[in-house]
Amino acid sequence: MKHGLIRAAALAIGIGAAVPALAQDKILNVSYDIGREVYEALNPLFIADWKEQTGRDLTIDQSHGGSSKQARAILEGLPADVVTFNQEIDVDMLAKGGMLPEDWRTKLPNNASPYYSLPSFLVRKGNPKNIHDWSDLARDDVAPVFPNPKTSGNGRYTYLAAYAYGLEQNGGDAAKAQDLVRAIFANVPVFDTGGRASTQTFAEREIGDVLITFEAETGAIAQQYADKGFERVTPSLSLFSAFPAAVVTENADKNGTEEVSNAYLNWLYSPEAQEVIAQNFYRVNDPAVAEKHAAEFPDVKLVTVDEVFGGWDAINAEHFAEGGILDEVFVNR
Amino acid sequence: MQNPASLPRPGSRLVPRVLIGLALVLTLVIVVAPLIYIFTRAFAEGAAVYAKNILDPLTLHAIWLTALVAVIAVPINIAFGIAAAWSIARFRFPGRSLLVTAVEIPFSISPIIAGICYLLLYGRQGLLGPWLEGHDIQILFALPGIVLVTLFVTSPFVAREVLPLMQAQGSEQEQAAVTLGASGWQIFRRVTLPNIRWALLYGAVLCTARAVGEFGGVSVVSGSIRGQTNTLPLHVELMFNDLNVTGAFAAASTLTLIAIVTLLLKAALEGRRG
Amino acid sequence: MTETAAPIRAKRVLPGFTLSLGTTLLYLTVIVLIPVAALILKGAEIGPARFWSIISAPRAIAAFQLTLIAALIATLINAAYGLLMAWVLTRYEFPGRRLLDALMDVPFALPTAVAGLSLTALFSGNGWFGQVLEPAGISIVYTIWGVAIAMTFTSIPFVVRTVQPVLEDLDPSLEQAARTLGASEGKIFTRVVFPQILPAYLAGCTIALARSLGEFGAIVFIAGNLPFKTEIAALLAFIRLEEYDYQGASAIALVLLFFALVLLVISNRLQAWAMRYRGAE
Repeated sequence: MKHGLIRAAALAIGIGAAVPALAQDKILNVSYDIGREVYEALNPLFIADWKEQTGRDLTIDQSHGGSSKQARAILEGLPADVVTFNQEIDVDMLAKGGMLPEDWRTKLPNNASPYYSLPSFLVRKGNPKNIHDWSDLARDDVAPVFPNPKTSGNGRYTYLAAYAYGLEQNGGDAAKAQDLVRAIFANVPVFDTGGRASTQTFAEREIGDVLITFEAETGAIAQQYADKGFERVTPSLSLFSAFPAAVVTENADKNGTEEVSNAYLNWLYSPEAQEVIAQNFYRVNDPAVAEKHAAEFPDVKLVTVDEVFGGWDAINAEHFAEGGILDEVFVNR
Repeated sequence: MQNPASLPRPGSRLVPRVLIGLALVLTLVIVVAPLIYIFTRAFAEGAAVYAKNILDPLTLHAIWLTALVAVIAVPINIAFGIAAAWSIARFRFPGRSLLVTAVEIPFSISPIIAGICYLLLYGRQGLLGPWLEGHDIQILFALPGIVLVTLFVTSPFVAREVLPLMQAQGSEQEQAAVTLGASGWQIFRRVTLPNIRWALLYGAVLCTARAVGEFGGVSVVSGSIRGQTNTLPLHVELMFNDLNVTGAFAAASTLTLIAIVTLLLKAALEGRRG
Repeated sequence: MTETAAPIRAKRVLPGFTLSLGTTLLYLTVIVLIPVAALILKGAEIGPARFWSIISAPRAIAAFQLTLIAALIATLINAAYGLLMAWVLTRYEFPGRRLLDALMDVPFALPTAVAGLSLTALFSGNGWFGQVLEPAGISIVYTIWGVAIAMTFTSIPFVVRTVQPVLEDLDPSLEQAARTLGASEGKIFTRVVFPQILPAYLAGCTIALARSLGEFGAIVFIAGNLPFKTEIAALLAFIRLEEYDYQGASAIALVLLFFALVLLVISNRLQAWAMRYRGAE
């Protein structure tokens, strides 16, 4: 009885929440900040595919934001059916929170990463500051712009890539790598909370000499702002950035969307989807598609988190934990 | 209220002219320029682009959601405002001045903090989170959460307008009605309401404007799901982050129009209040 | 006007005491007090030592400092501008007076995010004001001045709207008496008018300060959110939240809450003083 009343009341206040409540499949894809264009292009294709295969209508809702912030929102109750993040530790955070299985990496090919990218540079027309590699970002006359590594996976990869470069240049000397990263951080005029806000800062507000963000974003922005003549610069070394995808089983179970959620994420590996993803400047694993777009993706020495840092757990303990190296170079500037 | 016309006219004296000039120029710079700028930017790419931005389904949904939130929140806060004003202005009881302060709390608290409060209470990891989840009730990242935060932020507006008026008017008329044997509801409808209606409307108008424009608090509890939980002010930010600055200003212009209509309504009401 | 206006005997005469007070208390409890209590409970979990280390961290101190200084600048600007506007609007008749009066409420009605968006664009290098100011070496956007301007805009109505009614109600005979005694206009203002409006004026400034300390929507657009330089306390709380640092967010939020409550109490005291002042005339 009491139960029924509560449910009725909740239903009554919840009526408006279900405004376009048509009888159809519906999933919520909670995604990273700069993923809006690629999913805007992908979703209609999968919706058509799904209709063809099952005869059912599908709606895919999108939410974009810094991926750590998104993970937190899911832990607080944002009803995501699937996540497409740019940071494995944010999916791990969901696993620790009991939202999805710990072995999520085994559920999809390539460690559950349908595509990948790397931190890369975008400079102003003519590259007036002559910026070519990470070491240039530490110069006093250069103002780099990238998002807050505390809130954004994008910013975290930038931090790690710069650190990896510092290690390589100094024969593995951690102190020197730290000095490099500290010098870079000291030059940053604005730390936005998401990758897209940093892009805005660089492109619209015209702050900074170089934007450091995923290669996918530098490509999209160079295209979007063709009139401003931004130029893409690929550093000599960068970090392999996985873009993990996972079904949030806890929610999908409850919403009865497990089947469509799995189909959606698996479809991201299809040649059809991979082509769209490559057109959006992400690097893909599908051999044919990768071959076709090879000319658009310059060669770069890619290192992985496992090779350089010994995996995400080690990074968390050493770098991102409270009082870790990130706090040291970031806060005490 | 004194009619300014009965005051000494500025005439040829220098000081009033300088002061009026200064007031006009400053207001033009601080208040008017930002208003006009919104429309120039919204129409920067022509009326067709403007229409396309406004008629975008996501923008339309944001407008609809924002209106829905206001339609729920404002009547509730009108009822609260009347109840609060009635109890505070018409009765004396211990803790009365404490209550006055409590009513005004949301007015001085940063909306962000309101959002954090609600997150700590209703979030999946908040105080009520496990219970809510056990009963399959979604508060945050859905309409109820947005409505609750909006209620918090806009709760003082009606009370603030009605309370001073009821205090100033005193309760003689109502007491007379009681001695004549009127019921409570009759007294309220026939005596109190006519006396406070313009202040009430005025408070409701301000409350609506604030409900429509709430940003900080809602941004904490919305989850910004496109076409689902994205209110109009959040949509402005979202368009901005979608690299569609003109679209952001177009969405902003609808909010500005609402603000201007609000002010016109308010000015008209003030004429009535006289 | 004053508390005595509600006669004690009314309690027995008028109906609806239980209903109205009950509704008010229930609503306040559910909508305001319980959520605020949730914050305080979270804060209590932190423990004094940890709490202190969060709010005394260099970045937090810098944020509090910036917020306070910018809010003080904004309040000073509004103290001057608000007094001027209240005076001009009540004392002079001129074309456009009513329009000017209506414009004072724009910052109430305009969503703060919209105000922030517009102010940022106006003052950035390619905006109307930025074009003039930047060549002169003055940058507003992404500096403390941008923060102060956003705060100024959003708190404009408070001083004007608290001083205006008091100025309207002033007894003109006092001023006239001073005038016949040969006092200059300046002297009349400082000796006769100003003391009478002082309580309301201070109350208006206090509430403007409280509002400025808590402002968020308008500032995040214009401030650039640079730690140690233009990061306001409310934003730092928001960032801590996004960083999944609930204790950090709660501690900073509690400090802001404390300041807001103190200012609210001060303002209410000043209002009561103003009421007595006017009632005594």
